[in-house]
Amino acid sequence: MSDLRDLYQDLILDHGRHPRNFHVPDGCNFHADGYNPLCGDKISVYLKCEADSVLDAGIQGAGCAICMASASTMTEIVKGQKKSEVERLYVTFTDWIVRSSIVKEGELPSKLAAFAGVREFPMRVKCATLAWHTLKAALDGQEVATSEKE
Amino acid sequence: MTAPVSILHEDNTGTHARIRNDFPALHQRVNGKRLVYLDSAATAFKPRCVIEAVRDVWERDCANIHRGVHTLSQRATQRYEDARVKIGRFIGTDDRRELVFVRGATEAINLVAHSYALPRLGLGDEIVITGLEHHANIVPWQVVRDRTGATLKVVPVSISGEVALSAVEQQLSSKTKIVALAHVSNALGTILRVKEIVNRAHALGAVVLVDGAQAVPHLPVNVMDLGCDFYVFSGHKLYGPDGTGVLFARRELLESMVPYQTGGDMILSVTFEKTLYNELPARFEAGTPNISGAVGLAAAIDFISDVGLEWIFRHEQLLLKFAQEKLSKIEGLRFIGTASDKVGVISFVLEGVHAHDIGTILDAEGIAIRTGHHCAQPVVERMGVAATARASLGMYNDESDIVALAEGIQRVKQMLG
Repeated sequence: MSDLRDLYQDLILDHGRHPRNFHVPDGCNFHADGYNPLCGDKISVYLKCEADSVLDAGIQGAGCAICMASASTMTEIVKGQKKSEVERLYVTFTDWIVRSSIVKEGELPSKLAAFAGVREFPMRVKCATLAWHTLKAALDGQEVATSEKE
Repeated sequence: MTAPVSILHEDNTGTHARIRNDFPALHQRVNGKRLVYLDSAATAFKPRCVIEAVRDVWERDCANIHRGVHTLSQRATQRYEDARVKIGRFIGTDDRRELVFVRGATEAINLVAHSYALPRLGLGDEIVITGLEHHANIVPWQVVRDRTGATLKVVPVSISGEVALSAVEQQLSSKTKIVALAHVSNALGTILRVKEIVNRAHALGAVVLVDGAQAVPHLPVNVMDLGCDFYVFSGHKLYGPDGTGVLFARRELLESMVPYQTGGDMILSVTFEKTLYNELPARFEAGTPNISGAVGLAAAIDFISDVGLEWIFRHEQLLLKFAQEKLSKIEGLRFIGTASDKVGVISFVLEGVHAHDIGTILDAEGIAIRTGHHCAQPVVERMGVAATARASLGMYNDESDIVALAEGIQRVKQMLG
């Protein structure tokens, strides 16, 4: 097994303990609930979107350090992005985490590099992807999401 | 506290050292550390005699049963049926017709729901379960409810994880047709007062199914003494092979039940017009069963009987007390399920740390526990938490495992606390 420190990097511990944007943003108009029943992680994602952009993003819920850190960093990353860019980030990030696909420099924000260690812990991959699946569900107008199948 | 006082001081016979030696899977390193296996409530390790019994069936008596006149088939049939008798006696019945081999406790409950409950229940009837049931003893009854129009009532669980007799009485009435309850809670370890509940249910004319999956490995069980109508358990939690399990059912009930699955072995004669069903218990064992598994389970019961369930119960109780004492000193740790009568299941939460992170960090230390809702989501939610970490004991555990667990939890706190 890889070193635990590869999994619990400082950025993950920090965001896990103190998730950013832990609130429902004013004017929120997109929302979905993510739930991994097998482990009990629950994340709600709230977006304020206008035309083709995500103006604001927030989260609520409770989960493990990986899940909370992933949700927290996600809100920081998607804020102010075009929806099309958010969709691209969703596909690139989940592909990278789940299938260890090759990511070229600049394709993912540097913050997400902290999640590289998760790929060595197959049981924890779904913790890292739950928030992103929930975000995608919110954008697609679905109410619920899960990453249990990963 | 200085070095842990041996709780086995009265055990001068070396029983425990012998037991540990008999479980090959205990003696390995995981992630570079000595394996500390504290997940026996999920599945128990298998003693060497079980592994050998299964292998012996395949190496020597590999044949289908109840058919074929050749010697191997006769030997296999004999061993399978001997296993049935042994397992029956282990839980207190001498009548082999009352023992049905199944895949596990889950299948046994589904069998009773399908073959006993579905044809009998209707609008106005009630099924009573408790709030601490495993999903396997919830979902089949929801299906019965939805198909028959019966009502499903749930006996509330106290915050300590206990089921009060008065709370049971409140849910029982002359409308109650089936009471289905765990003998021991898988998530919390609570031992339920089954005998008293059976008496109350019977007084109102209801039958009682007891899910004994978490009880039979830890305490002596006698179905005659309990008085229950159905008793189910899984072999793999009883140090036996996975894919094995047992349904005990009172014979007159079994006689009156419709088949669960149909096919070979459960028939007396088949024409395209009509089929005559076989005698008990073959009527409920369609198809080729898990022959080697049944023989392996009987070997597990021999092993348990040699050690003695009284010894196992006392050993695990002492170890449970030791663990409770040791872990209660860890700041921020809260036990979930504090019933006075419980088996060696220690569910806990750690302030500010999710159960999954506990599980991952302990795993890196070679310590195997279960995290999550333990397939008993309602009771975990009742306890006001989303998930717990659960350390569960088997006969092979000792103080060093608990000491390692306590140290592991300190490491979790260092990393994440």
